[in-house]
Amino acid sequence: MTDINKDILILGGVSFSCRLITGTGKFASKTLITPMLETSGSQMITVALRRVDPGSEHENILDYIPDAVTLLPNTSGARTANEAVRIARIAREAGCGDFIKIEVITDMQHLLPDNHETLKATQILAKEGFIVLPYYMPDITVTKQLHDAGAAAVMPLGSPIGTNRGLEMKPMIKMILETSSLPVIVDAGIGRPSQAAEAMEMGADAVLVNTAIATSADPAMAGEAFALAVRAGRMAYLAKMADESIFAQASSPLTGFLRE
Amino acid sequence: MSFLDKVIEYESFDFEGFFSSVTSQNVQQSLFRDHLTVPDLLHLLSPRARDFLEPMAQKARNVTMQYFGRTIGLYAPLYISDYCANQCTYCGFNTHTTFKRNKLTPEQIDQEAAAIANTGIRHILVLTGEAPAKTPMTYLTVTMGILKKYFSSIALEMFPMDEDDYKTLIAAGADSLTIYQEVYNREIYRQVHPGGRKADYNWRLKTPERGARAGFRAVNIGALFGLGQPKVEAFMAGLHAKYLEQKFPDVEISLSLPRMTKAEGGIAPRHMLSDIDFVQVMLAWRLFMPRLGLTISTRESAAFRDRLIHLGATRYSAGSRTDVGGYSQNLDDSTVQFEVTDDRSVDQITRMIKESGFQPVFKDWEILR
Repeated sequence: MTDINKDILILGGVSFSCRLITGTGKFASKTLITPMLETSGSQMITVALRRVDPGSEHENILDYIPDAVTLLPNTSGARTANEAVRIARIAREAGCGDFIKIEVITDMQHLLPDNHETLKATQILAKEGFIVLPYYMPDITVTKQLHDAGAAAVMPLGSPIGTNRGLEMKPMIKMILETSSLPVIVDAGIGRPSQAAEAMEMGADAVLVNTAIATSADPAMAGEAFALAVRAGRMAYLAKMADESIFAQASSPLTGFLRE
Repeated sequence: MSFLDKVIEYESFDFEGFFSSVTSQNVQQSLFRDHLTVPDLLHLLSPRARDFLEPMAQKARNVTMQYFGRTIGLYAPLYISDYCANQCTYCGFNTHTTFKRNKLTPEQIDQEAAAIANTGIRHILVLTGEAPAKTPMTYLTVTMGILKKYFSSIALEMFPMDEDDYKTLIAAGADSLTIYQEVYNREIYRQVHPGGRKADYNWRLKTPERGARAGFRAVNIGALFGLGQPKVEAFMAGLHAKYLEQKFPDVEISLSLPRMTKAEGGIAPRHMLSDIDFVQVMLAWRLFMPRLGLTISTRESAAFRDRLIHLGATRYSAGSRTDVGGYSQNLDDSTVQFEVTDDRSVDQITRMIKESGFQPVFKDWEILR
């Protein structure tokens, strides 16, 4: 029997017992981040380097993240691979660690990632020793290329950032889950705990949720709700729940009495 | 094709007739559509849509929350020179206005920048009049070098330049461009810009495109409300923003709604944009372009700005001084380009934003070395 308490996700050599990754953007106040981390138990949080200002007494988002929580700086704002690489290097220099979430967006209307530039940035940064987590449009070929480029995990989007529309890319994500040898973290678009649970039931290794938690009326409670859903979804996956079937399957089969 | 073709296309459009024909059903259909079309924008700008301001506001708030969250970006304007060769009839810097002109030295710019940065502001908007002889590229690139020490984002609101000059300033540290068409109606434009380089309507209209091509990551445009017929100007500005968004999908596009205020030597507004109309325009723009940045300056009153925060605004100026050297220099005889109505300090605006349930964002960009 699988012990859920010993179910660990390892990313870049770091162990995580909580598979909910959270974010720091869009909160009404940075002071809401700390209680959200406490209630959710999230052990990794993404932070946009463009919002980090260590030199300011007015604006230091890092002060609200406990030391035990792993920072996942992201390259939000980057339009090209080169910009993402420069942001990643600045993040490491600023003491944000070796993790980096590649986020290269050239479509400001829909905020969809540019897979080509994302792949290029992954290739460069992985060689420089970063633990690279690329956020990308779900695509089987690109998944393989990101693997070959040295990514530590892949982060396909569920639906466009902030939409709360859930797993609109479900068929693509399923294919990635079937084929990827890297951990798969579903990122963006998850707006309900039930959607997070569904991603985990499908076999996702983790989910990243920001907007749905940050813009809720009670981020601490929303964070806890998502954590519970992620755990439930993970348990369902590990328990190998029976598959769906188009035929009714009686628990006491009608032909069960027949013997050779 | 440039946006000039759109301007010309709509010069023959019967706005008054269209607006008066809009029904409640038209407005409702536009309001509940996921992706709004150009006729939808017209519906939401029509007088009939006034009956739907509350549902428009509710939807605008939700859409803004989705894309921007509960955050408001902050910036401050920095006037480095008020020399100007233009003759804009509505502007305090008009070349015919007699006052002692000022241009900051690099040392004074450093002091101004330090004073602004000391308030926590990390995004700066640098402004000059149009006098390239007084503020040549060498002066502007030196300015960028100084400002880079203090700010994480440098936006320009200067005279229109060619692509190469913009590339030079981007290389020196600038990342955003603000350029207002002032008025989209070409006849009124001609009347209020009787001389100077600014009299060239087409050159100004195509400036945002030159800026986007040069590599600015953000472009902010707008009309100066008070010159042309407000709803028509709002429509053309919205159309212009959409045109830029589609043509340059990697550029962040935002709109401002400056309303004319008293300026020394200026003319009285021909058309007033009432507070209700202001809100209607803002909501219509937000619903037309969900990802659009909406900038609210200190031209607006404190009480009004406090309300707009819930209606889709994404960026506020704070602690603004609109005179050259206004933050630290105490220059004699300095004049303002326009009068600031919300004169609260950065701390006071920050407190208001927090009390409104939003997070003030001082830094939202990283200058890439």
